[in-house]
Amino acid sequence: MNTKIISLVSVGAHPTSGRSRRAEQDARAVELGLQLAGDSLRVLHAGDPREEALRAYLGMGLEKLEVLEQPAGADVLGPLGDYLRDAGAQLVLTGSQAETGEGSGMLPYLLAERLGWPLVVGLAEVESIENGTAQVLQALPRGQRRRLKVRLPFLASVDNAAPKPRQSAFGPARRGVLAPHEVEIVDDELFESAELLPAKPRPKRLKVIKAKSGADRMKAATAKASGGGGQVLKDVSPQAGAEAILKLLVEEGVLR
Amino acid sequence: MLNVILPVLLFAALGLAVLGAVRRVRMWRQGRPSPVNLLAGLLAMPRRYLVDLHHVVERDKYMSKTHVATAGGFVLSAVLAIVVHGFGLHSKILGYALLAATVLMFCGALFVFKRRLDPPSRLSKGPWMRLPKSLLVFSTTFFIATLPVAGILPEGFGGWFLVGLLGLGVIWGVSELFLGMTWGGPMKHAFAGALHLAWHRRAERFGGGRSTGLKPLDLEDRSAPLGVEKPKDFTWNQLLGFDACVQCGKCEAMCPAFAAGQPLNPKKLIQDMVIGLAGGTDAQFAGSPYPGKPIGEHGGHPHQPIVNGLVDAETLWSCTTCRACVEECPMMIEHVDAIVDMRRHLTLEKGATPNKGAEVLDNLIATDNPGGFNPGGRMNWAADLNLKVLSEVKSTEVLFWVGDGAFDMRNQRTLRAFVKVLKASGVDFAVLGLEERDSGDVARRLGDEATFQTLAKRNIQTLAKYRFQRIVTCDPHSFHVLKNEYGAFGCEYLVQHHSTYIAELLDAGKLSLDAHKGGSVTYHDPCYLGRYNGEYEAPRQVLRALGIEVKEMERSGFRSRCCGGGGGAPITDIPGKQRIPDMRMEDIRETGAEVVAVGCPQCTAMLEGVVEPRPLIKDLAELVADALVESAAPSKPAPSKREPAEVH
Repeated sequence: MNTKIISLVSVGAHPTSGRSRRAEQDARAVELGLQLAGDSLRVLHAGDPREEALRAYLGMGLEKLEVLEQPAGADVLGPLGDYLRDAGAQLVLTGSQAETGEGSGMLPYLLAERLGWPLVVGLAEVESIENGTAQVLQALPRGQRRRLKVRLPFLASVDNAAPKPRQSAFGPARRGVLAPHEVEIVDDELFESAELLPAKPRPKRLKVIKAKSGADRMKAATAKASGGGGQVLKDVSPQAGAEAILKLLVEEGVLR
Repeated sequence: MLNVILPVLLFAALGLAVLGAVRRVRMWRQGRPSPVNLLAGLLAMPRRYLVDLHHVVERDKYMSKTHVATAGGFVLSAVLAIVVHGFGLHSKILGYALLAATVLMFCGALFVFKRRLDPPSRLSKGPWMRLPKSLLVFSTTFFIATLPVAGILPEGFGGWFLVGLLGLGVIWGVSELFLGMTWGGPMKHAFAGALHLAWHRRAERFGGGRSTGLKPLDLEDRSAPLGVEKPKDFTWNQLLGFDACVQCGKCEAMCPAFAAGQPLNPKKLIQDMVIGLAGGTDAQFAGSPYPGKPIGEHGGHPHQPIVNGLVDAETLWSCTTCRACVEECPMMIEHVDAIVDMRRHLTLEKGATPNKGAEVLDNLIATDNPGGFNPGGRMNWAADLNLKVLSEVKSTEVLFWVGDGAFDMRNQRTLRAFVKVLKASGVDFAVLGLEERDSGDVARRLGDEATFQTLAKRNIQTLAKYRFQRIVTCDPHSFHVLKNEYGAFGCEYLVQHHSTYIAELLDAGKLSLDAHKGGSVTYHDPCYLGRYNGEYEAPRQVLRALGIEVKEMERSGFRSRCCGGGGGAPITDIPGKQRIPDMRMEDIRETGAEVVAVGCPQCTAMLEGVVEPRPLIKDLAELVADALVESAAPSKPAPSKREPAEVH
């Protein structure tokens, strides 16, 4: 496969100790990339090239990890986008959300917007890449999969449905090279002016269980997550579609 | 006529044997360098052979006497035959001496022959079945050929027929016993074994010493291989050691993994290493295979990777590092070193630690404990015990090394029991608290030398900040690592297992104990306390102080069977026909004991994992704590009446 694949990685944090490590989902992005491209996979990080935790990615068998030198808190979108376009990337893999820093999970979306590429969320498997089109499986809740055809180049974020990352070994981690690149540094004004607050658990929507019997409860618990009340819009004009969406958002109180 | 044939045959055989020896030495020298004092080793060799090795062989009286007669007789006969028949020194006294030597050898060979009539399964067959016959032919031939020298028969007796017969006998005898020594026959064990003893990589084992700590990898040296990938990555004296194997199968008979039907047989492993150093396949191997793996499908070469060519990875991961094979080996071969060397390559270079291995290693790196628990919870087990923490008191008499059992609810009972004992004895003790990290035992046995060294160095750094007289721990694995393996990083501590320390406290009269109530007791020796550190007596002394007469298992002391919990075996979890702890529980049940005393968190976990009904599992600390007589227990202060607080 001659597709040019680049995996984006960040520095993770262990959930109990908080110590830096390879990020779980990013490691999956590297694993998927290695399975697809083998030795020709390129791995990219924007941050500090002296960060030792990055070596854990090298330990997966990479010879080199490209690092765009960025200070903490910089807006990495621009440099990343420029690099990816210049490198001629056709498939870019990322985790869904970083374990450190802002961790907003917005990077794949913003990057895709900037590059003007489609984004596949929750990529589970790439089945084939032929004639500039990839056939992929997207992970949906409850183990469901959706088969998609996507034109290259595109960006895909992986979550826990992607293959488990291989073990990071000491030898290759020590031998591998962290190759720094000097790039433009853009201050993240939004981030700097924003106030950080500790996260609060998101409130759960109340679920009224109407089931009378155990069998009903079982059904409710295992049923597909499908809203019964929705409507399928087919063959409508973009205008009509947008109006329908806007109406729903207003109804749900998302927009006021 | 014989006077012409014999010297020719003898010297031709010797010459060829020397050629073979040169070839064999070159094979060993394919290995990496290892610092050994060659001359001192050779000088020490006779003593190592006659004393240290004999001690091991002596455990089997039949074989030891047989071997003394056969080998002693052979060495004497060979030397005298060269003098008498080779150099033609036909003195009557020498003749009689040679006759006596061949008779001695013949008697020994008869017993070898007898054992080979119905050999136990652990013995290799094939060429080894031929050996007693060769021994008999050698001794008989030289006996008859020497009769004229001693003057018992006239010169030229028997004519051409006898000369021909004797000539054939000599050819057979010297081929097996001289040529076979260096060209790879069963007698190779004599040649390679003698040199192996001389240049053993653990010279400290001789003269009653003990050397069980794994040797560190030099991680600073970027050119050194990380573990062993190909046979040539072993040190040359390790290769030599493999060649010394006599295929007696004592290791096989003791190996818990082999008995459980896991794909490991220590004898076959060593023979596979011999194939690796000489090149070839295992088709000629005439012993028990790795359970579930047919013979003849594997082969190797000094410059070919071992794993998945010569040996399958699961064979290496089946080992519990219990050291039973090393303890039994009459040639003092180091099986465990070799296995860990090969595991190091798999983990450090290939990232191929099976099953939960990778997760455990990641946890050790990120949280300093194999379970991945929050390091801040390390002292939760002692929240109500008011233990002194070294970061506050700075110095103490006894440093209580808690170990990772701190996160395990079963082991917390043991830890709390031991704290109760320590408090009752009134000694000054403290813990490291949150500053303690995993000792690195599991990481090292799983082959992750890098993580082991990181943990070890950090622990050493922490320990260097404080003053203490000794370290006491309830975990034989931490005990072993702290005592025997941290030394390589430049620090020596007085480390004791809690059983040893309790025995000392009892001797000093610092504990008063009631008799044990709760039924008959047997004791399970942990490998890392017993075989690794030679502590068999203290736990039994503690049990005696409780008024317990230990109902010993057949396999106890240095022959104790592993619980299956060592060497990361529960983490790599290679399937077999049965489980090792189940077999050990069978041993325990045979004694009829109601309680089994243990001294190791791993053994506790493994044995408690056996389905009930089964004997109770109690740590020594728990047994002692239960029987403590609290001297003048401080009377609880009467709860003072308190006015209800008013809230406005």
